[in-house]
Amino acid sequence: MAAGHAHPLYRAGDSVVHRLPAHVKIVVAFLFVLAVVATPREAFAVFGLQFLLLVGVWVAARIPPGWLATRALIEAPFVVLAVLLPFFATGPRVEWMGMSLAVDGLLAGWNILVKGTLGVLVSVTLAATTPLRDLVSGLSRLRVPSMVCVIATLMLRYLEVIAAEARRMRLARVSRGHDPRFVWQLGATVRSVGALFLRSYERGERVHLAMLSRGYTGAMPAFTTASASTATWSLALVPAVVAALLAVSGYWVA
Amino acid sequence: MTASLDVEGLAFAYPDGHQALFGVDLRIERGERVALLGPNGAGKTTLVLHLNGVHRAGAGRVEVGGLEVTRENVQEIRRRVGIVFQDPDDQLFMPTVADDVAFGPANFGVTEPELSLRVKEALDAVGVAELADRSPMHLSGGQRRRAALATVLACDPEILVLDEPSTHLDPVARRELADVLLGLDRTMLMVTHDLPYALQLCPRSVVIDGGVVVADGPTRDLLADADFLAAHRLELPFGFALD
Repeated sequence: MAAGHAHPLYRAGDSVVHRLPAHVKIVVAFLFVLAVVATPREAFAVFGLQFLLLVGVWVAARIPPGWLATRALIEAPFVVLAVLLPFFATGPRVEWMGMSLAVDGLLAGWNILVKGTLGVLVSVTLAATTPLRDLVSGLSRLRVPSMVCVIATLMLRYLEVIAAEARRMRLARVSRGHDPRFVWQLGATVRSVGALFLRSYERGERVHLAMLSRGYTGAMPAFTTASASTATWSLALVPAVVAALLAVSGYWVA
Repeated sequence: MTASLDVEGLAFAYPDGHQALFGVDLRIERGERVALLGPNGAGKTTLVLHLNGVHRAGAGRVEVGGLEVTRENVQEIRRRVGIVFQDPDDQLFMPTVADDVAFGPANFGVTEPELSLRVKEALDAVGVAELADRSPMHLSGGQRRRAALATVLACDPEILVLDEPSTHLDPVARRELADVLLGLDRTMLMVTHDLPYALQLCPRSVVIDGGVVVADGPTRDLLADADFLAAHRLELPFGFALD
């Protein structure tokens, strides 16, 4: 894939994971997350094994852990919530390093933390090995309504156009000495957000007109996307199936 | 012989009552390159949007390659009339240039393997074959303009309609686009304020003002008539003079 439309979550490569068709990866990632969510929270070892499975996928995809870790930071706000739970939950409490912690809260916090982390890591892995446009075509192959796919396609394209427009408008404001330091000086910024909205709306109309002129009738033409053989599916489903088996085994352990 | 474009007595008023066209007649033969000139608000864009059925004639009629623009055949009309819009960012909306070039022909029922062939031919015709897998966001202005042209060429139109093709282009990109357009050998209607560009590309010009055609003749003769130009808010750039 050309570097022309690289996004910060995508890491170009030619591994077996990169080469898998996007719709296969979406299904596998979804099943994996389901398996993680279905695992009982007390089955601590199972989460470890599921994590090892993911590590296996990273090795196959040649993604360095540090690269993933920085992109998984998006989870941070949820971690804060998970950390607070043991302090504020009610029920039986345990003493730890002089702090009184609720057992239920500890488990609930752990539950959010471990499932959230694994979920984010799965999503980041999917994004790291699949270009955005393939994600969209994968979704459309999975019968996601075409209007949703059209909207996603247009959003991918015009987010950058609108961001560039916003940068130019900001530059033009700043060049005329605008330097908002206090809330009551934000008026100009707010007004330019309004102007940006109107401009984007008008651009939407022009894009629609240009699409109509090339025969658009409300449905995107179906571009052929690579289909997946049974062998590909079987190979790709391995991590998801193992994760699911682990989740089931968790009910015995717990 | 059937004309590429035949407009007769075309009149149109917007829903708010503003009348933009008052009976326009325009005939363009196959292979002609015609410039459509006129001041802002003269009705140029309104006329262009009639050619592919976005606006429907209030009175009069439009024929493209012998086929009248009606509600029933609007899809075929849109294939026959290839409009290249002024801002390539409005035209290029797909994640890659190749996808965008494939969008039109795919809508008009072209399927693989011919679709890929069309995309390749169109990109080759405008000299941007190496940009096929790039995102339109990361192209230069000139490349974007040529990619937008390719998206329309891939539909194999009867007539190419260019809306202000030279805006925002640096002099080299402007000249390169002219080379590409001159090499295409297609019927062309070019809406422009860039009078030297009209002179370079189009042997014939049509001037519209106030919703009617006020002149139709050889571009050089029209542009040499300073009084006529002034009467219709047109003027050659500083330093240009034609005898």
